[in-house]
This record gives sequence, C-alpha cells and structure tokens, in this order.
Amino acid sequence: MDFLQFNPEVDFKLLLAVPLIPLVGYVVQIFFGRFLPRKGDWLLTAGMFATMCITVLMAAKAISHGFSSSEPFFHLSKDVGMSFSWFYQEGKDAADPLNMTAGLLYDGLGAAMLAVVGIVSFFVHLFSTGYMKGDKRYHIFFANISLFTVAMLGLVLSDNILFLFVFWEIMGLMSYLLIGHFSHDPSTPFFHRWATWASKKAFLTTRVGDCCLLIGMMMFWQNFQTFQFTELWRLTSEEVARNGGEWPQWMTIAGLFIFGGTVGKSAQFPLHIWLPDAMAGPTPVSAMIHAATMVAAGVFLLGRTFPILSPDVLAIVTATGAVTALFAATIGVTAFDLKAVLAWSTISQLGFMVAAIGTGGIGLVAGLFHMVTHAFFKSCLFLSAGSVIHGCHHEQDMRKMGGLRKRMPLTFLAMGISTLAIAGIPMFSGFYSKDKIIQAAFMKTSLEFSGAQAFACFALPVAAALTAFYMFRMMFMTFAGEYRGDVAEGHGHGHDDHHDDHDHHIVHSEDGGIAGGHPGPVPHESPLPMTLSLLVLATLGFLGGKFWLADLDILAHSKPWFMKLVSPEKMYPGIELMNGYGAQVTDAMLKSTYDSAHTWAMIISLFVASAGIFGAWWIYGPRLRTTGQAVVRWTWTIVCLVLAYLFGVPLVGSLIEGADTLVVVAAWIIGLGLLGYVLMRTTKWIVGVFAGLSRPAPENIADGFGELYVAVANKYYIDEVVDASVIRLSMLASKFLRWFDETIVDGLVLLIGRINRSGGGVSAWFDQKVVDGAVNGVGALTQTFGFIARLFQTGRIQQYASFAVAGGLAVAAWLLLG
Amino acid sequence: MGLGAYIAVSAVLFAIGVVCIVARRNMIYVLMGIEMILNAANINFVAFNRFNGDAMDGRMFAIFVIILAAAEAAVALGIVLNVYHLFESIKPGDADLMRD
Repeated sequence: MDFLQFNPEVDFKLLLAVPLIPLVGYVVQIFFGRFLPRKGDWLLTAGMFATMCITVLMAAKAISHGFSSSEPFFHLSKDVGMSFSWFYQEGKDAADPLNMTAGLLYDGLGAAMLAVVGIVSFFVHLFSTGYMKGDKRYHIFFANISLFTVAMLGLVLSDNILFLFVFWEIMGLMSYLLIGHFSHDPSTPFFHRWATWASKKAFLTTRVGDCCLLIGMMMFWQNFQTFQFTELWRLTSEEVARNGGEWPQWMTIAGLFIFGGTVGKSAQFPLHIWLPDAMAGPTPVSAMIHAATMVAAGVFLLGRTFPILSPDVLAIVTATGAVTALFAATIGVTAFDLKAVLAWSTISQLGFMVAAIGTGGIGLVAGLFHMVTHAFFKSCLFLSAGSVIHGCHHEQDMRKMGGLRKRMPLTFLAMGISTLAIAGIPMFSGFYSKDKIIQAAFMKTSLEFSGAQAFACFALPVAAALTAFYMFRMMFMTFAGEYRGDVAEGHGHGHDDHHDDHDHHIVHSEDGGIAGGHPGPVPHESPLPMTLSLLVLATLGFLGGKFWLADLDILAHSKPWFMKLVSPEKMYPGIELMNGYGAQVTDAMLKSTYDSAHTWAMIISLFVASAGIFGAWWIYGPRLRTTGQAVVRWTWTIVCLVLAYLFGVPLVGSLIEGADTLVVVAAWIIGLGLLGYVLMRTTKWIVGVFAGLSRPAPENIADGFGELYVAVANKYYIDEVVDASVIRLSMLASKFLRWFDETIVDGLVLLIGRINRSGGGVSAWFDQKVVDGAVNGVGALTQTFGFIARLFQTGRIQQYASFAVAGGLAVAAWLLLG
Repeated sequence: MGLGAYIAVSAVLFAIGVVCIVARRNMIYVLMGIEMILNAANINFVAFNRFNGDAMDGRMFAIFVIILAAAEAAVALGIVLNVYHLFESIKPGDADLMRD
C-alpha cells in the first residue's frame, strides 16, 4: 500500500509534530487553562488524540514494512538534512564534535514505543476527564500530564543520548510535580503529607540514577566525542573489534553508570523505593508512570544503548533484573493496598524486562516486547484500579472491597482481561512476551552458563508464578465475594444520581487515601469516558501481543508482530554486536537451543501461571457450590483417564504384545472403566479441597511464615535500611555541617567581630580619655588660671594701685637686696 | 645739707602720696596723693639736678611735670565729677563696674 511507505519529506515533519502538539497544548493550558471552558481538558485531550493518530499511523508504516520486508526500518532525520544545530559554534568545522546536532531517530522500536505512549497517554487523558473532575488544580493536572507525555515522546524520538537525557530530566521533574499533585491540597491532610513526601522521595531517588547516567554519558563522550546513538554503536563496535573482542575496562564502568540511570528510572533494586510511594499521586498519573512513561524510559534507554554495554554489564543487568523481579513479586503478595499490589507488580515486571535485556539477542527483543505489552495491560490495570477506587469512594484497602463484579461489570471485565494478560495466559498479550523472556533466559544459560543467568532461570519463573498468584489474589479480593466496605444508611439505592457529588470526594475527603475511605453509597460503575478508556486498553492488552486471530497460532510458533518489527539486526543496522554469544556458539546450536528453550519456556510458563492462579483461587477464591463440585469431579476424572490412556498405551501394549486385537480392546475398556469408577469414588477428597473443606485462611498461612512474612510485608525493610543509612547519614552529615557552620564558621566571624569591637573599645577609650582628656585638660587649666586670675580683678582702683606699689616695692627690694 | 635730706623728704612725700592713694576713701584725696607723688618726683628731679650737674634739664622736667600735673588734675577732676554723677559717690571702691 502506497500510503504505508515511509516518506522522509512528510513523515519527519509529522513526527516532529508528535511532541510539539502536546507541548503547545501545555503552554496554552498552563497560562490560559483556567479561563477555558471545562478548564481546558478538551483541548489537551483533543491534542493528544491527534498525537495518537499520528503515532499509530507511523507505527502502521513501520509494521507493514516489518511484515513485508527483512530490511531494517531505520530512519535518521539527519540523513535527509532535518536536524538542527545545537551548541553551534561560529568558525568551527561543521564536523567538529562540539557542533552538536539534534534530530529524530525513528526505527521499529521507536515506532512501537511511540504508538504505545500516544495511545496510553490519550486514554489516560480521557480517563482523567472523569476521574479528576472537581479537583482544585484540574487544569494544572492536565498541563502537567501533557508535558509528561511530551517528555516521553521526545525521549523516544531523540537520536542522541544528550537530547534523550534532557527529556529524561523533564520527565523526572514532571513526575515530581504529578506525584505531588495533592500536596497543594491541604483539605486532605493525609494525602497532603504523603504526596509531599513521596514526590520528594521519587525525585531524589531517581536523581541518583540520573547522576549515574550523566557520568556514563560523559565517559563515552570523553572517549568518542559523540552523543549520537548510531555513532556510539559504531565506535564501540570498532573499538572492541580493534581490541580483539576484549572490552576496555572504562567501557564496562561507563556501561554500569548508564545502567544506573535505568536502575533509578525503571525502579530496579535498590533504587526501586520511590515507585511504590509514587501512588500518592492521582491514579491516572500512576497509570502513566507505571506503563508508558517514566519506568519505560529506563528500559527504552537500555534498548537504545544495548550495543555499548559490555558482557559484564549485561550480566549485572540480568542479575539486577532477576533479583528485582523475584523480590518485588514476593512483596506484592503481602500488599493490601490495591495500588500497592500493582506498584510492586510493575517493579517485578520491570525486573523481567531488564533481566531479559541482559541476556541479549532474543532476550533484548523479548524485554522490549514486554515493555510494550506491559504498557497496555498495566495502564489498563491502574486505570481499572482508579475506577474501583473512584467507585469505592477513595477506599484503597482491598480488605474493604469485594463483590464488585456485579456492581462494576465493565471495570471487572477490563481488569480481568489485563490480569489474565499479566499472569501470562495464552491468547493474552503478556503470555507472548513473558514466554519469550523465560525462553531467552533458558537459552542464554544453556549456551553460556553463568551464575547470573542461572539465577534468572530460577527467579523469573518463580516470579511469574507469584505474579499470577498476587494478581488473582487481587482480583478475588476485589471482585469476588461480598462487599466488605461500609455502606452509609439511606444511600443504598438509586445511586445513579449521586455521580456528581462523589466526584468531589477527591477534594473533600476528610481522611482521604490509604487511611481509608468513608461510608458512602454502595460502589457504582464509573462514567463513560473512564470505562471507554478501560475497555480500549483492555482490548489492546488482549490482542497487543500477537494477532493470533489472524493465524490462530495461539502458542506463538510464528513470530509475534513485535519480533518482526524489532530484532538486533533491525535495531542497530550495520553494527556488529560485540556483546552477544562467543564464537564457540554456532548458528546450528543457536537454532536447536532456540527450539528446545521455546518448548520448555512454554511448558514452564503455562505451569507457573496456572499454579499461581490455582493457588490464589485456593486461598482467596470463592467456595464452590454443588454444580461446581460436579464439574470438578468430572474434569478430574476425564483428565486422569486421558493421562492413563496416554501413558498406558506403551505400557499395556508391551505387556500383552501378540494378543488379539479384540482382547486388547476389551482389556482397555474394562481397565478404563474400572479406573473411572475408582476415580469417581475416590475423588471426594479432591472435591473437598475444591469445595473449601480444607482450605487454609490467608491469615494462617501468613502466621505460618512467621518472621519471613513480617519481613516481606515490610518490604524487606529496605526503606528502613535506606532511612537508617543514607537518609540518617546525610541528615547526620548535614547536622554536623550545620554545627560546623554555626559554631566554627560563624564563630570565626563572630570572633573577628569581637576582636574588632575590643579594638574599637580601646580606641574609643583612648579617644575619650586621652585625646578628649588632653583637650578638656587644657580647657580646665585655662579655666583654673582664669579663675585664679579673676580673683585679682576686683575693679577697685586702690587695690590695683596697692598691687602696683607692692610690685614696685618688690622690684626695688630685689634690686637693692639682690 | 646733702642730697640724702632731699631724697628723704621726697621719699616721705612719696610714701604719704602712696598711702593717700591706696587708703583714702575719697577720690579727691586720691588725686591729692597723686599730686604728692608727682611733687616727690619733682623734688627728686630738682635735687638731682642741683647736685649732679650744671644743666637745667632736671628743673625743666620739674616744670614740665607741674604743667602736666595741672592738666592731669583738671581731667581727673572732670572724671571725678562724672563718677559722682554716675554713682552718687566719690568713693573709689564704689566705681567697680569694670570688675565684671
């Protein structure tokens, strides 16, 4: 089809419009939003709709190219002269490394990611028009979430790591503002404090990673004098080839620093601590952070910088991802807050992606694929959680929910589909990506064994089982059984007309947030914009993995669409990856391992998913009624008979070899009949298990784990450790610095002041006593003399005359006697 | 009779004049004391002229002093008259405005 051809002249302009539309919307909204009708939400939502249309159109081009040709879909705007000079210096050669240019890079990965961001962001906008209604800072919220999207779109389109970093930082800022959205609302004291604290935590924690990324970037700049991805890939490949396949040490260190950026942004252990608290922000923000933006940025960075990461870095990447996947999944099992379960599940799924990327090759693609599918179902899950929370009057504790299936059928449908997707059930998108991840781990381990890979092989399936477990635990606790929340008297019926007033609870809730909602009318379904968003995203979560409807290939023997779009050869065209398998691994080995790993991954991921779901149902699921018991009984019997037939054929065949066919058939019928009878009689206990006779209560299991449960429920005390080490230490350091400043520095200044003052005192004393004294003394002396002299001046002539005579006599006497 | 006798008379006269100036409570007597001192000086002039040379300068001085004394007496009496008008007294101690 002609219109699906990539045309650089037009399409780069369209791509440039992708971040510009919401950016313009942001500028308009931030200044004039409050004066617009409906506070301007329609403006940004419409803008985002346009953006989504462009991104989907462009992704369609990439996909049609990927399906029809094996040529890479890789476009640099610089190649067609569309790049603007940045940091341009007059008089420098255009090729000088200091003349940085920034342009667009659009390839299969970027196409997929851009479309995901556009779609998720639009539906989050749409959802927010319902969810955030009545919020005091409604227009600011829309402006911020728009700029948040701009940052992610720009990051995906950047063709150099410096530009990527700029958007990366904008995203960090916007996450700070959005998580702290409620911190400006003192009417909900709990949210007020929590949001303030959580936004600071998120900002500072990710800042650690940002610093690492900056250092890593600069190390590569110092050696290669370029920020362009294509140049970095090429130069790294050449440098390693020159070194005879050995990676220089600085490259490993720089790669670790770049991975540090991912650790911070994608919430990997040990910098994951900000993400669970990021749910202090409004739920649509959580959906953005957890799905399309923020955390996806870290994984996307790994995808862009994969060729410059050395094998040592990749081993650490795998280990970090596997650890994160496993430990976050265990915490998710113990969480009671609806959003906290999803937050820990995000961390766990990010661990999957990161671990997969660390295995390289097929794993790289699988990790990025999981990022895409995860974006769909996790945004749907978060928005569904928002819908549930909205319906339950801002109650987030799952222990106070239950029985919502009938009250919120659409939300239940959307959330159910997404849960099946994240649990890894075939047909649903998560299955295809997670299956590939486990396959990649198996492949890497069997071809090049290492501790990190082996750990990933163990941790990832366990984490997958736990994922299925806690997700279904959440579903059962939220939607099954009876409603456990408080229902206010007199609100029980006819609640449809209450929409308007409890839309305002987000502002007026007295005790808002996790501390517990308040008794209100019974839960109700959310308004149309919200449910519409949910259903569209759920559809994508359902079909987003593989268009299996087209080829009915549910178990993915053919490649999912993402694998046709993205592969190492297509992502880094013309670059020889130096961090893949060693020379001893031949293509034939790769091919055979691929197939066996595929089979094993399929079996194991199906097994762990069903085990997790069964476990959740066993502990939290509803008890079976009589019909259900009968179904279980018959299913069990038939399964046993089929298994008996499958495994019995060779056995019986070898035992009665040579007998008549009739005898064999008769023996079979009698044998199976007997077995069936025995099974139907003896399966009472298993029905009993299903009917809930011997089911443990969740509390008892928790008690059984004792200290371990307490540790997990307290998130392994990582927050406490960080608090005790990093935060206390910096507080201590700042206290010491304060003391130093107040005592030593201020003391010195004060001392100098005192010395000056003492000097001034001496000077003043000298001035007052000596100088003034001299002056005054002269005056006093004169006065005294005057006073004495005055005594002689009586004005009596005769007295003067007698003095004169006396003087004359004295002179005479002196003359005569002397 | 030698010079000493003249000087003695002159000295006595001078002493009387001084006492008269210093001690008397009447300005007229003070003026008279001044006249006596002048005349004591005149006696000295004439006596020294008589015993110490032939020139007439001593005697001439005496005459000159007499003339001056006459003029002085006239002026002084005028002053006394004014003082009397001013203070209604001719006690020298009463005219003490200059003191302040």
